[in-house]
Amino acid sequence: MRVPLPLPALAATARAAGALSRLAGQGGGTTLPGKLLWKLDPGAVARLASRLPQGSAVLSATNGKTTTAAMTAEILRGKVRLAHNAAGANLVSGVASTLLAADHAELGLFEVDEAALPQVAELVQPRVLALGNLFRDQLDRYGELELIAERWRELVHRLPADAQLVVNGDDPQLGDLVRERPDAVVFGVDDRRHARPGGLQHAADSKHCVRCGAPYVFHAAYVGHLGEYECPQCGHRRPPLALAAREIELNGLDSTSFELAEPEGSRRVTLPLPGLYNVYNALAAASLSRALGASLDDVVAGLERFGAAFGRFERIAVGDRGLLMLLIKNPAGANEAIRTLVAGGAPTLAVIALNDAIADGKDVSWIWDVDFEPLLESLERVVVTGERAAELALRFKYAGFDAGAIEVLPSLERGLDRGLALTPPGAELVVLPTYTAMLELRRIVAERGYVAPYWEAA
Amino acid sequence: MSGLSAKRISGGGWGERGGPPNADRVRIVVGHLYPEYLNIYADRGNIAVLAQRAAWRGHELEVQVVSADDPLVPGAHDLLYIGGGQDREQALVARDLVSKRGAVLEAAAGGAAVLAVCGGYQLLGRFYRFGNGEELPGVGLFPHHTIAGERRMIGDILLETELEGERRTIAGFENHAGRTYLDADAEPLGRVVAGFGNDGESGHEGCRVGRAIGTYLHGPLLPRNPWLADWVLAQAIAHRTGEAPRFEPLDDQLEDEAHAVSSQRARARGGRF
Repeated sequence: MRVPLPLPALAATARAAGALSRLAGQGGGTTLPGKLLWKLDPGAVARLASRLPQGSAVLSATNGKTTTAAMTAEILRGKVRLAHNAAGANLVSGVASTLLAADHAELGLFEVDEAALPQVAELVQPRVLALGNLFRDQLDRYGELELIAERWRELVHRLPADAQLVVNGDDPQLGDLVRERPDAVVFGVDDRRHARPGGLQHAADSKHCVRCGAPYVFHAAYVGHLGEYECPQCGHRRPPLALAAREIELNGLDSTSFELAEPEGSRRVTLPLPGLYNVYNALAAASLSRALGASLDDVVAGLERFGAAFGRFERIAVGDRGLLMLLIKNPAGANEAIRTLVAGGAPTLAVIALNDAIADGKDVSWIWDVDFEPLLESLERVVVTGERAAELALRFKYAGFDAGAIEVLPSLERGLDRGLALTPPGAELVVLPTYTAMLELRRIVAERGYVAPYWEAA
Repeated sequence: MSGLSAKRISGGGWGERGGPPNADRVRIVVGHLYPEYLNIYADRGNIAVLAQRAAWRGHELEVQVVSADDPLVPGAHDLLYIGGGQDREQALVARDLVSKRGAVLEAAAGGAAVLAVCGGYQLLGRFYRFGNGEELPGVGLFPHHTIAGERRMIGDILLETELEGERRTIAGFENHAGRTYLDADAEPLGRVVAGFGNDGESGHEGCRVGRAIGTYLHGPLLPRNPWLADWVLAQAIAHRTGEAPRFEPLDDQLEDEAHAVSSQRARARGGRF
């Protein structure tokens, strides 16, 4: 048996490595200390987590993890000192790094990658586990959606009785978990006026009953397959909602407002973020915060003063022009970004960036499942950029978009500059990047002095 | 490169009709099997490529959905297309597909083209055997069977093939747990240059029986391999007219660039254990 180094010595070593990484210009060094700690002594992560006096909350979802965690942090701000992996480093190494850096934290707040969730939950033993949604995403990494769902079911099965489960009841895979945990806090949307006309979108997942396989009837589909579902064969249906969003108003690209209804009462919330998908994020954050003991007043106040998590929906002033950056990373998320963008006044120009690093997904076929068409209708010109720019060009060409109006510039810097050159002074350029393209674009504008690097902003 | 000067295409959505007037205009009828179940790797991208490339040659592509409980009439379709799904979805359609076995075999024997991708490729073999010994029966169009493996074979992949005596490459992405074993005398679609292929060992990928092609490659398959799209279209037209046409080349500069990047990815990071 290996005798572990004392924690303080381990922590100091690992932290020094992160500082060195930043000094060497190797990005944020947000995961390096944790990777080192994990290598030196795997048990140290659990020991660090167990020292948090108020324990930890862990949340996962295909879409909205970073935003939901950031909203929760805003709600809890000033009430409790957090260890929060705000820079989006959401594997074991990122959680370990966060624990290392947060000496005086009282509560852990961790967004965790879907595949890494069982392992992280095992290590930090969360007192609240929140599950937001499961969409097809990075199939090259995860294999099949069903495999992740199965691992989540096993995780919930092993969850200690005193841990609180929070689930999005509008996702059939997650709503079904209530069967095993009747004490789960279930949230969802309850406003059929905002159901997608025409029902499920092309790339919808979980269309068939998780129990018997028959196609669900969707009384309302809000975002992808999230909605009010019912199986006509076996009767599996959305569980009753403990926390619901009603009377939703979508105010273009500026804000959304909704009635937050829960057992203690109902409050109107104005969220300074656009899109129905952010209502889901707000519901998840509200349910998670309430499970952690936040008051309803704290929840409303926190949500109303929230600013977007970096790159998710971000406005950056670049000289006399603006950038509006919306992260795209899978069909469901991209469809919502596009739907929100078009509802807020469809642009005539966009820069769309596709990379294929591991964090983006090496398999780029997902772009063919995105409904870009509503955006293409208004676009007069599109600049495609990133390592797989040519694939994006094909996606648009075969959608019937004038190939002469597609500019292919694989260099992100050149793609960005071309977009800015085509944008008149005073106007805003819409940029839709995948994850690593978003980080790179932010780095480029940061180097020009327009925005703080992500590890400082976070 | 900027401002590509590709030909103008009228705006619109998927499967936009149009193109030059053509005295030999053919209406190509595609039977798309179970699109609501088997669509996981952007199968509609393949259909869009077929529709547009047909339209640019002055032909028309009509896609008919053939779903569970819909009858499949042999001879009604010039091309049968079947895409990929997860194990769960595949199990849901397998039973219905077996009830269409005779019709699929008769259609193929009558000269209809077939394009089967990933899960669809597996289901058109003799059977798929899961780890627990359970078997999904297949159609038996392709002389192969598939056995679930422990580790998924995921990654960029590049093939070399000689479909009509001409050496070409096919670039794509594969993601499958099943190992597909071809019969000894079966004709693979191609030889694996980089990646796993049918079973990760034989160096073979896909299968060809006459005008029918099955493959694990998605990405999707056809946008970055336009010559293969044209080959499939030509086979479908041959079913309709009795003769495969010789197409005029199109401006495939973007397609070639996408193919080059995809090939490079396979060579640099293609799947291997």
